[in-house]
Amino acid sequence: MTTSACGCGGLHTDPRLPELEAVLSEFKGNRGALIQVLHKVQSIFGYLSDEVQERVAEALDVPLSEVYGVATFYSLFSLKPQGQYKIGVCLGTACYVRGAQQVLNEIEKQLGIKLNDTSDDGKFTLEVTRCIGACGLAPVMTINEDVYGRVEVGTIAEILKKY
Amino acid sequence: MRFIRSHILICSGSNCQLRGSLSIMHALEAELIKKGLYQEIRIVETGCLGLCEKGPGMVVYPEGVMYTRVTLADIPEIVEEHLLKGRFVRRLMTQPADGEDKLTPLNMSPFFIKQKRVVLKNCGLINPESIEEYIAAGGYQSLAMALDQYSPDQVIQIVKDSNLRGRGGAGFPTGRKWDFTRRAEGTEKYLICNADEGEPGTFKDRLIIEGDPHLVLEGMSLAAYAIGADKGIIYVRGEYDLSIKRLEQAIRQARESGLLGRNILGSEFSFDIDVCLGAGAYVCGEETALIESIEGKRGEPRLKPPYPAQAGLWGKPTSVNNVETLANIPSIIEHGAEWFRSIGTATSSGTKVFTLTGNVVNAGLIEVPMGITLREVIMEIGGGIPGGRQFKMAQTGGTSGGCLAEEHLDVPMDYESLSQYGSSLGSGALLIMDDSHCIVDLTKCFLRFFVHESCGQCTPCREGTAQLYNIVDKISKGRAAGSDIDLIEKLSRTMQISPLCALGQTAPIPVLSAFQYFGPEVRAHLRGTCPAGICNMKGALANADS
Ligand SMILES: Cc1cc2nc3c(=O)[nH]c(=O)nc-3n(C[C@H](O)[C@H](O)[C@H](O)COP(=O)(O)O)c2cc1C
Ligand code: FES
Repeated sequence: MTTSACGCGGLHTDPRLPELEAVLSEFKGNRGALIQVLHKVQSIFGYLSDEVQERVAEALDVPLSEVYGVATFYSLFSLKPQGQYKIGVCLGTACYVRGAQQVLNEIEKQLGIKLNDTSDDGKFTLEVTRCIGACGLAPVMTINEDVYGRVEVGTIAEILKKY
Repeated sequence: MRFIRSHILICSGSNCQLRGSLSIMHALEAELIKKGLYQEIRIVETGCLGLCEKGPGMVVYPEGVMYTRVTLADIPEIVEEHLLKGRFVRRLMTQPADGEDKLTPLNMSPFFIKQKRVVLKNCGLINPESIEEYIAAGGYQSLAMALDQYSPDQVIQIVKDSNLRGRGGAGFPTGRKWDFTRRAEGTEKYLICNADEGEPGTFKDRLIIEGDPHLVLEGMSLAAYAIGADKGIIYVRGEYDLSIKRLEQAIRQARESGLLGRNILGSEFSFDIDVCLGAGAYVCGEETALIESIEGKRGEPRLKPPYPAQAGLWGKPTSVNNVETLANIPSIIEHGAEWFRSIGTATSSGTKVFTLTGNVVNAGLIEVPMGITLREVIMEIGGGIPGGRQFKMAQTGGTSGGCLAEEHLDVPMDYESLSQYGSSLGSGALLIMDDSHCIVDLTKCFLRFFVHESCGQCTPCREGTAQLYNIVDKISKGRAAGSDIDLIEKLSRTMQISPLCALGQTAPIPVLSAFQYFGPEVRAHLRGTCPAGICNMKGALANADS
């Protein structure tokens, strides 16, 4: 997991630079590729820093404003470093009527953070997700790739302990 | 050849996978090997069986016994009792069984008997990762038949005659949409399959793709043949990992078998499909926003007209169709328009796939003929309301759909009837709420969603959703007056006509219907009481004009 795109002297010394350049040259000249490129770039760096966005704009020959516009439009992209584990609590209606709000409150309490915050140790970021289509198991929460269904307030401590 | 005496079908749909169906499958395999049964019993990974809330589920054939909420600890017992000794493990069974050997067949159990499976015909029966199984179940025959016997215009005519209407929300007649696209000028045309499925409480497209990906591909090929497109794109939600994997795999298999690519099945027809991932924006399900997104831009809806059929992707004629709509096509071509019209009601033909969620015993995926009543769906298929609670309301069509109350339980579920009561079939979400919920609190939950998902492009939607939320929030705190309710009404009417796309136009629907059917409960909040005891009324103002 990243702390910043680079803690030292900028993107050009970042060890992940070759990976970035490989993605950029793969999609160069491909019309409409910006979103797919940002997906890949975010999976390399964990988030889309200003520097990374500048490089993408330059390489794909699109205005930086467009890259920034797209990066801020879609909720899967983030412009800030994220905690090591991203917790998403679904507040879709199906989850809401099965007690998702209480789940969210309990997580806030246990981690001592508020919604959209990252814990001081950089371990957890707490977010609300929209319906992820697992409503059959409501209420649902995700931690990075893992999805937990039928979450109860009483089992949250146990789930968080795994991370 | 090995003789197989039993098949065990395990659901590997995403809901069940999340409950560990894959590790259960591996444990079962190990147990069968241990007991020396591996040669005679076959394990098949299938798509969704429908009882998502009770997952993971498995069905043992030939008996057709369904076990639900199976855990790793249950595996030895299932193998020992059922597979070795032939006795059912009753505590895990869903269907009633009166005698030792008498059992209601699965398709006769209350959950299944009222269902009619057209789109889900293979779901839970074949292995979705195998093109051979799809073909063995009759797959790709409709495509072969169409290429061989029908002109594109004839395919369009059959679909028109079938009366099929779009299942993505708007309900536009599919045959007509294809006709417009076919007749639009230009030789370069596109077919887009809309699998963005962002409506809260909806996961049908996901489970259709996961359970039977080739059915969607075949439907797309038929659509492309009809409109004259040689390029198709499936726009899938970025979060739907398993759908993406299954689609990519199915596309690869179809290419290898000559069912996608150049000169399909030796005909003049060439067609290929790409998968494009969404990035988390509800509005991108709207067809013109989706097109913007495929073009790599912010997903802001376009002004219509021109409609996509005239100028869609890259300005070329484009047909955007929902996953479920396309999944109906192979059956319509195979059995004919007449057959399709015989299912459902006079004006709403065919079946509808619903995701049944909320406070209902059998939450999950169902497919029923159009025109079935809400009562049948909730009380019979859904098994009623759990925990001794009472039914309070249902919301059909997703968050932008209307709320229905107890007095609407006998309304037939079809396009016309639901719109009479201010609701819609929409995406097929069917959310059931019991009497522990407060109508004002729920309305706030709906509105929070719209505030967040409004793309911000046009003012009536961006500001309107926020203002609606603020007023309802005020009501929930007991700080509103009767005039606020009038204001909601007025603002809602403005929003229904002024925004650019249906997101803003439909956002007031749940609010209006909720306030119409639950007026007394809403007005109680003006007097500082929440009858359900959910809203925090500390600091409420007493209102004289309520
Ligand atoms: C805000 C909004 C979200 C939508 N989301 C979806 C969606 O997730 N899936 C879908 O098929 N249609 C969605 N639609 C409807 C599409 O615009 C379009 O009508 C549909 O894809 C056409 O396919 P059909 O004719 O097969 O229904 C949405 C519409 C709006 C206004
Ligand atoms: S509402 Fe939470 S997963 Fe659908």
